[in-house]
Amino acid sequence: MAMLSDPFDALLEFQQTLDMYRTSSWLGAGLSSGGAYPPLNVFRKGDDIVVIIEVPGVRKADLQIQVKDNTIRIAGAKSVRYGDNVALHRRERRAGSFDRAITVPVEIDVDRVTAECRDGMLALFLPRAERDKPKSITVR
Amino acid sequence: MARSQALEVQEKKELVSKEEKTVPARYYVPTTDIYETEDALTLVMEMPGVDKQAVDVNVENDVLRVEARIDFSKYEGLEPLYTEYNIGYFARSFTLSNKIDQQQISAQLDDGVLTLTLKKTKEALLRRIPVS
Repeated sequence: MAMLSDPFDALLEFQQTLDMYRTSSWLGAGLSSGGAYPPLNVFRKGDDIVVIIEVPGVRKADLQIQVKDNTIRIAGAKSVRYGDNVALHRRERRAGSFDRAITVPVEIDVDRVTAECRDGMLALFLPRAERDKPKSITVR
Repeated sequence: MARSQALEVQEKKELVSKEEKTVPARYYVPTTDIYETEDALTLVMEMPGVDKQAVDVNVENDVLRVEARIDFSKYEGLEPLYTEYNIGYFARSFTLSNKIDQQQISAQLDDGVLTLTLKKTKEALLRRIPVS
């Protein structure tokens, strides 16, 4: 991604780019069952895949990530608590459980997968398996 | 315990403000819960990806304004392949009633959720009258 000198212009440009990939068929038929929560964005970083998921209010301890072959399962629960004796004026946040699986169209090195959760954002780093990487052929 | 309900995606709402922003980037309205206890009003706002240092909370002319920035430099070097949500700054404001003590507002941020506690003024506190 090209960084412009003005960070605000760069953000808008990035927002527009993100919108463009809304209809991307990259995951295609690989999109597995389990509902659409939590919403995720998939990026490519060099050879590897990075999945960034919004999970505000979900504690690390309540997240469960599993990887098998090129399928990743993200499960967990989000709780919204109010104290006792409260009068609710506005209720927009939702609580509940989720269980979602996605299948990426590249081979993943399962042993090197890492997950990081910070400020309500979960990032999954999925390194592409060495044997799945394209080989360069020297033209003679 | 009853089986918990499955979560659904809440589409982010873009901010439509009466005053216009001077920066071209898109702002979003944080999902908010508001509840009242005996001595305070609590606002809970979801702002994923926001760091403590990047939240501005201020009160001016009885309007509580919250603005939060995301660190979007983290996305450098990432090339989108498939997206389901957009990212952006968060902003929302609320008009405060005179029952709120504007000097006693506290804020805490955990796991992308900002909790603002607005204490009520002494005058607004519930008075219990003992029956003799």
